[in-house]
Amino acid sequence: MSGVNDPYDPKQVAALSPETLKAAVEQAHEAFSVAADLDALAAVKPAHLGDKSPLLLARREIGALPPAARSEAGKRVNEAQNEIKAAFDQRRAQLEAERAEHVLRAEAVDVSLPWDRVPAGARHPLTTLAERIGDVFVGMGFEVAEGPELEAEWFNFDALNFRKNHPARTMQDTFYVAPEDSGMVLRTHTSPVQIRALLERDLPVYVVCPGRTYRTDELDATHTPVFHQVEGLVVDKGITMAHLKGTLDAFARAMFGADSRTRLRPSFFPFTEPSAEVDVWFPAKKGGAGWVEWGGCGMVHPNVLRACGVDPEVHSGFAFGMGLERTLQFRNGIPDMRDMVEGDVRFTLPFGTES
Amino acid sequence: MRIPVSWLSEHLPLPEDTTPEDLAEALVRIGHEVEGVHRPGPVTGSLVVGLVVEIEELTEFKKPIRYCRVEVDEDRIQNIICGARNFAEGDLVVVALPGTVLPGGFEIAARKTYGKVSEGMICSVKELGLGDDHAGILVLPSGTASPGDDAKGLLGLDDAVLELSITPDRGYALSVRGLGRDLACAYDLPIHDPVGMAEVPAAEGPSWPVEVRDEEGCRRFVARRVTGVDSTAPTPWWMRRRLMLAGIRSISLPVDVTNYVMLETGQPLHAFDASKLKGGLVVRRAEPGEKLTTLDGAVRELFPEDMIICDETGPISLAGVMGGETTEVGEQSSDILLEAANWEPGAIALTARRHKLPSEASRRFERQVDPAVCAAALERAAKLLDTHGDGHIHPGRTDVGNPVLPSPVTMRIDLPDRIAGVRYARGVTARRLGQIGCGVEVTTSDEGVTMVTATPPPWRPDLVQPADLVEEVLRLEGYHTIPSTLPPAPPGRGLTEAQRRRRSASRALAEHGYAEVLPFPFVADGTWDAFGLDAEDTRRRTTSALNPLEADHSQLATTLLPGLLDTVRRNISRGHRDLALFHIGQVVLPKAQPVPMPEVDAGSRPSDEDLALLDAALPAQPVHVAVALAGNREQPGWWGAGREASWADAVQAARVVAHAYGVELEAVASDLAPWHPGRCAELRVGGFPVGHAGELHPQVVENLGLPKRTCAMELDLDLLPVAERRPAPAISPYPPVLLDVALVLDAGVPVGEVELALRQGGGALLEDVRLFDVYTGEQLGEGKRSLAYALRLRAADRTLTVEEATAARDAAVALAAERLGASLRG
Repeated sequence: MSGVNDPYDPKQVAALSPETLKAAVEQAHEAFSVAADLDALAAVKPAHLGDKSPLLLARREIGALPPAARSEAGKRVNEAQNEIKAAFDQRRAQLEAERAEHVLRAEAVDVSLPWDRVPAGARHPLTTLAERIGDVFVGMGFEVAEGPELEAEWFNFDALNFRKNHPARTMQDTFYVAPEDSGMVLRTHTSPVQIRALLERDLPVYVVCPGRTYRTDELDATHTPVFHQVEGLVVDKGITMAHLKGTLDAFARAMFGADSRTRLRPSFFPFTEPSAEVDVWFPAKKGGAGWVEWGGCGMVHPNVLRACGVDPEVHSGFAFGMGLERTLQFRNGIPDMRDMVEGDVRFTLPFGTES
Repeated sequence: MRIPVSWLSEHLPLPEDTTPEDLAEALVRIGHEVEGVHRPGPVTGSLVVGLVVEIEELTEFKKPIRYCRVEVDEDRIQNIICGARNFAEGDLVVVALPGTVLPGGFEIAARKTYGKVSEGMICSVKELGLGDDHAGILVLPSGTASPGDDAKGLLGLDDAVLELSITPDRGYALSVRGLGRDLACAYDLPIHDPVGMAEVPAAEGPSWPVEVRDEEGCRRFVARRVTGVDSTAPTPWWMRRRLMLAGIRSISLPVDVTNYVMLETGQPLHAFDASKLKGGLVVRRAEPGEKLTTLDGAVRELFPEDMIICDETGPISLAGVMGGETTEVGEQSSDILLEAANWEPGAIALTARRHKLPSEASRRFERQVDPAVCAAALERAAKLLDTHGDGHIHPGRTDVGNPVLPSPVTMRIDLPDRIAGVRYARGVTARRLGQIGCGVEVTTSDEGVTMVTATPPPWRPDLVQPADLVEEVLRLEGYHTIPSTLPPAPPGRGLTEAQRRRRSASRALAEHGYAEVLPFPFVADGTWDAFGLDAEDTRRRTTSALNPLEADHSQLATTLLPGLLDTVRRNISRGHRDLALFHIGQVVLPKAQPVPMPEVDAGSRPSDEDLALLDAALPAQPVHVAVALAGNREQPGWWGAGREASWADAVQAARVVAHAYGVELEAVASDLAPWHPGRCAELRVGGFPVGHAGELHPQVVENLGLPKRTCAMELDLDLLPVAERRPAPAISPYPPVLLDVALVLDAGVPVGEVELALRQGGGALLEDVRLFDVYTGEQLGEGKRSLAYALRLRAADRTLTVEEATAARDAAVALAAERLGASLRG
């Protein structure tokens, strides 16, 4: 080892020679590149970057150089060391990336495996249909009204202009309840909600009333004793049958597409005058687009308005109603109405949680 | 009602190329529902009139068979085998010769049968496609035609039949007269009224003594007598053919005539055998205990509201519905009293319904019959009996009663325009009203408004107010002329909070794996016993349908569970074992003391008191939600084992609903049938009970045939508070301190109370309490359990120090110790 004041002879300080440094760098490159994994790389690190590594040892020799030569030698050593460090970092990054990739590859799964631990639920399509209809009318400024299913005859018949013993009372096949003179029926239609809406609300009234209704029909492919209707009622000043037609057309378009529309045929209901049957043009009808019987409608009968304290000289109105089961049946192509009412989960589940 | 097109259009100068389908379409356009256009099937080949010359009875077969010689043309005899027996030698029949194809593609050929060669077929009404009458072969009245005549024209096989469903307000249309007039209006043709043109000659005194004691029930009673009638005389073929196509069987000349005139004029008639009448007739209500044997042979106990016609022997006819047996016209009848009356519609409707006896007559009287038509209709019938039965019309006519005719109705002449939203051409309203038979007067009011006064014809008692006139104008002008415009709706308020929450609850349950079902609300007898309900249980207090579809399912549900559990069972029977179902629906909860329904008039708005009484008389009908669970709640799979549905899932379903409503639900141990007494939670909101959840009682499960450990929940959605606005929580940005604490308590102390004590003791700093372990073991001691909680503490305005957090935790534990005897687990 040279003393501080020894005369300078680079040859004597062989460790600092450019050749020696270059060799050390090359050895480090070689060692790092053959290290196959991070452990091997860590194992060879001390030999090239540790305290006993050639460069660290060479650095100690700098002091033996004359002051004029130290700077240059120091610079040379630093450069060599930086290069080795960079080589090490690069190799480590490379090996880390390889390891990460390997881990991810090893963790790969079969994404097609099922995960139906808790089976899916579903809403009944009649519920979602009623809600969708409600939404269509809420969008038009209507509100959704409701009423009881066991109803006073006064609301179900009297106020709707059904005279006592009028054949229309019997044509509806009413479920009466005990005792004989209870004055109550299971509502045969959602129309009593019209009466409740007119009695409870301030004019003008724009309501739609979905609900469950009852008639004494035996359950078969096209009838059910317990079914759902949706009723619409508008009472305002200057309401015309053209407004009824416009509302029904808008409703039809919302339910059956932009090409749909309605057609009115004169008919009879005690609570409307004039009255009409509604046919709807159903573009997706089985066997080709065509008219489908949809419901009934008309201008609110003046007697109905009077029973609710509305002056027919000042206000007029329209009402309409249709069966939801029937609507769902032709809209969704359900051949047998019993499927809607029996509660078999195979019917409900495919409809999902649509809202 | 069935009407042959040839009859309906007899007096209508319709365009040449009008098809039956065109007529049907026109009828639909003006408000008559056409259920079908029926045409007899096509007949090709030789269908001829034959004369039965000789009948040879063949007796060697299982049933008697006839071998007939039938003359089918001059000097042409066919031998025909026939199984029917309602004809005799000398009768005219219809013969399908070999080569003829009858309706339904039925081809006739000469063939060997019963040991003979049959050269054709003698036809029945049904085989000819003319009606359903298959009782025997069609025998034509003698003299109708000659052997060999083409039968197709004679039978009118090219005539179509319209099948109509007449709405209850249009009684007049239950006749050729009324429908013909409406069709004339639809086609703008001149009106031909067979009744209006009929002449009713003056009479000499009454035809029979009649006393009407109930003028409200019987508005008019007219009687005419025809003597010397040959009741066995054949009904002329044209009449028989029309009746047959209208679906009415030919019985005898007098009966056929009354039916024919009813179809033509709309006025039901009745023929009495006058020789069987004892004394004068009395028209009155029945008295309790009175009986009558009607023409159908049924002995009927009469109701006091029934209108009846009596003679000295008592009731002889159920007025407006069906005649009686004792005075029935038979083959021997020659002295015939024809009756045409006008009855109060309500009385007839009630009688027809109570006796379950809807008839052609009652159907017309229920819908109101023209009270002015009685005498003309009788005259027509009497003349027909006179002509075809060789009778003599008695000079007298009885005509009692004074029916009320429709009153004039006045309206603005532009009311139809204003209701339709259409500007009709000038004069349309007056013209249309005149066309339907109204007397029309146009005037100007004091305010200068043009008004129209229409006096409806007697056959239109349904026209009582302006709206009725409006409909007439609109339907005849056509609904298709009404444009489509949206009404100017005001801005709406959207769904109510309750409606939104109900939707949320429904959606939340579906998202949690429940499938929605909509069972019927009819509860089977024995359900409450199977549920194990006490005798006093209020759920047994049901409303019952008087006329249920199934006699043992008359009760209306007071709980959604019976229907839901039925649905569980149905699904299981179809092979689905793992079920999670829900139902949202109304239940009917009658009051302990029924409140009588008030009599309220519907002529004007009822008083607020009356409206309150109406509602008070109705049972409460809250909306409930219920779930039922059976089998696995979690499926087994490649991830591991499944998990059976348990009481906890049922309680959790209630919490899902409560969460959708934004309310906190408390579950408290309870014991209510049909639940398991140790696994039933009463669900409370703010201390108020709203429902129950848990596992069903094992005995109930067995009674109902449900899978073991079936679970259920039901709560009253109407009891859940609906907050208009929920307060938003203050979110602290400071870090929390997390501390765990394990408490040892008596095993009987409900977890709900422990958590409540911790929360109250921990105060504002205790942000969350979560139970993460429940442990029981020997080292805790008998009847003890350990509850391990993770506490999250946080301050709103600063970073909480450990000391502060520990103090809060200690306070929480201290309150649990004080209130519930909890001790820290060492």
